[in-house]
Amino acid sequence: MRDVLVVGTGLSGLVAGLRCQEAGLSVTVVAKGVGSTHLAPGTIDVLGYDPELVEDPIEALPAFIQRNPQHPYAAIGATTMRDALAWFMQRFVGYRYAGGDGNLMLPTAIGAAKPSALVPETMAAGDLRNGGRIVFVGLRQLKDFWPAFAAQNTSAVKLPSEAGVTARAIQIEAQTGGEADVNGLAFARLFDDARFRRAVITQVSAQLEDDEVVAFPAVLGVQRPHEVWSELQDAFERPVFEVPSLPPSVPGMRLYDVLRTQFERAGGRTILGAEAVGAETDGSRVTAVQVSSAARVKPHPAKQFILASGGFGSGAVTMDSSWQVKEEIFGLHVAGVPAEAEERFGPHYFDEHPMGRAGIRVDESLRPLDAEGNRSYANVAVVGASLGGAAAWKEKSGDGISLSSGYRAAGVVIEESK
Amino acid sequence: MIEDLIRGSLDHCVKCTICESYCPVSRATPLFPGPKYVGPQAERFRTGGISPDDSLDYCSGCGICTHVCPQGVKIAEINARARRTLKERNGIPLRDKIIARPTVGARLATPVAPIANWTLRNKAVRTAVEKAVKVHRRAPLPVFAGRTFQRWARKHESPPLERTVVYFHGCSTNYFEPDLGAKTVAVLEHNGFNVIVPEGQGCCGLPLQSNGLFDDATAYVKRLVSTLVPYARKSYDIVATSTSCGLMLKREAHEILGIEDDDLTTVSEHMYDICEWLADLHERGELKTDFGPLAMRVPYHAPCQQRGHGIGTPALELLRLIPELEATDSNRECCGIAGTYGLKKEKYDIAMEVGRPLFEDITAAAPELSVCDSETCRWQIEHGTKIDSVHPIELLHRSYGLD
Repeated sequence: MRDVLVVGTGLSGLVAGLRCQEAGLSVTVVAKGVGSTHLAPGTIDVLGYDPELVEDPIEALPAFIQRNPQHPYAAIGATTMRDALAWFMQRFVGYRYAGGDGNLMLPTAIGAAKPSALVPETMAAGDLRNGGRIVFVGLRQLKDFWPAFAAQNTSAVKLPSEAGVTARAIQIEAQTGGEADVNGLAFARLFDDARFRRAVITQVSAQLEDDEVVAFPAVLGVQRPHEVWSELQDAFERPVFEVPSLPPSVPGMRLYDVLRTQFERAGGRTILGAEAVGAETDGSRVTAVQVSSAARVKPHPAKQFILASGGFGSGAVTMDSSWQVKEEIFGLHVAGVPAEAEERFGPHYFDEHPMGRAGIRVDESLRPLDAEGNRSYANVAVVGASLGGAAAWKEKSGDGISLSSGYRAAGVVIEESK
Repeated sequence: MIEDLIRGSLDHCVKCTICESYCPVSRATPLFPGPKYVGPQAERFRTGGISPDDSLDYCSGCGICTHVCPQGVKIAEINARARRTLKERNGIPLRDKIIARPTVGARLATPVAPIANWTLRNKAVRTAVEKAVKVHRRAPLPVFAGRTFQRWARKHESPPLERTVVYFHGCSTNYFEPDLGAKTVAVLEHNGFNVIVPEGQGCCGLPLQSNGLFDDATAYVKRLVSTLVPYARKSYDIVATSTSCGLMLKREAHEILGIEDDDLTTVSEHMYDICEWLADLHERGELKTDFGPLAMRVPYHAPCQQRGHGIGTPALELLRLIPELEATDSNRECCGIAGTYGLKKEKYDIAMEVGRPLFEDITAAAPELSVCDSETCRWQIEHGTKIDSVHPIELLHRSYGLD
């Protein structure tokens, strides 16, 4: 029997699994497929809006927690968040993460400024807080990144510092080898190749103007991003940065590869194509998670279980047309769901929707709570997007919740396993 | 039922492109636009057997797309079923009908194995075969053993043992690698199991299925199921050394061919990949661990069809029980062969390009041998690396001192 079974292999599951395994526990991760890392930009956004722009998420967190006692951050705490961020940064050697000095404001692919606490070093030079001149480089066959669009909107960004940003766009021809549908990953693989880089460098160098920093779509290598990025900076003799764009997210894949490799090197076991469909329980404890794969449903017994299966987006929590809301594996209580016939969604997309904060409510050990506020199970911890009480997409807190809850759950499990 | 499965899963596609990120074929050739394009996207236009284009034919059917999909979309299954329709419309080449029936040739060739092997390795013959039926002249074909595993099993006398397990050996063990079958029996007996080898085990129909010949595949798999079902009904576990054929019986006969059949379900429920089954045995503390040291470093490649089981990598866990053996996961998507895909003249180069990263890793490590659970993958890896590739059982057998 394993010490820990983690369901899900997105950011929260990877963090929880890795930390437990490195503490000497035996961990199995089961997942239906590859996780949400491949869809996320690879930045760690902790708290961007409250509801006004947050300058420093770590400083802002204690007051935010006081005002939002139902938020996952209230269970996790500001100290744990600080520890989790430090732990996360230490995971990355060679290809590093940068941050710690307030929210960086990075331009997105549509030229909006997005606040992030930690970002890959390959994105850090895009920080708009101090203004400056940017040239966005487009790769002609890459339909997921339009440099003129990004440049025009970035030039119009209003920043608190009132520092001005001016941006322009250039487009280069980059031979791809003829894939039918060239996405970011195909280019990232090409950037791993020195010959391809040389061709790019030649074309871009000729078009650079004084004092411009250079923005590329986030496709600067998938195997050796640090090397690729450094080489471009050296060649252009100026900062270069990556701008995340549409999936597949290359920075997200790098993050996944780094954490999963460390997990497996530490002896962790990952089973993909294995969907958790139910649980076996004994009173207040879960004894096994039932996992469905080819031909059979098999119980996976463990001492502790970490639910990192995602929220509504991944099908971990569902609501059917008759208003029935369900957490699919343990049948946990989903808090914050409007009563039947009450409004679930507001009329406008960017509204605060009544349904928006629905999810699992937990105590300080991230143990799930039932409708009366009592622990549902003593050996289940809930992490990541299943947690209720947050409007992650508005707060820009999704990565922070996943990272810090995964980190915290591992801490609880490690402590209880002693 | 099967249509519900396909259509039901289709609506879960969020166009996240994770399948495309992992597709080994679209990475190797522009002729295949990727699993999302030919699968969930094109499927919406497939009514009345019409497919938007023929690029689907370049899907190798490896199944990685379904394996990595976080939404549970049955992409590979959608594509396999659409390919059948495509092939019905375009006609199935004689070549595909031949290579989809390896047992027919094998039955004829076994008594005259030396001649058959010489013939299939003769360059002039292979060039002529390539011209005539479009099987690539350099594609890796197996070597006929000249004797069958079934014959060995009939003569083999098991020692009296308490517990019983049933062995589904597959065609390749029977005709090409009978030693693997004998070693499997030895490993199981060493662990205290009497091994039943049902007679008359035919082909599971997988090569027929992957070439779009669903009716013939259905007939094959049903015949095989009738051979195995009496044992499954007695609640014996059935173990398979051919991981792809095991998967056919576990899942694909139902999810791709659409067979609804109680006998098939009974067999599926009792079917285990051999490494899955031995690792489970170990989990229960029942596997013998009197392994002798094997001072080697071996790269292990989990074939696509093995990953389709959704069981992790039990072979690696077993290999790591062997003292002094250092087994590393290749972490590469695919060797390229995908059963019969890489044999085809127009697809051989693609298959070799798909497998190139794996071949380069293995060649650079220069091990004594590499390890892989699937026979056609082993032949392809040997072809691409010139280094022997063996089933994990071979190392367990050696480590137990049963050689």
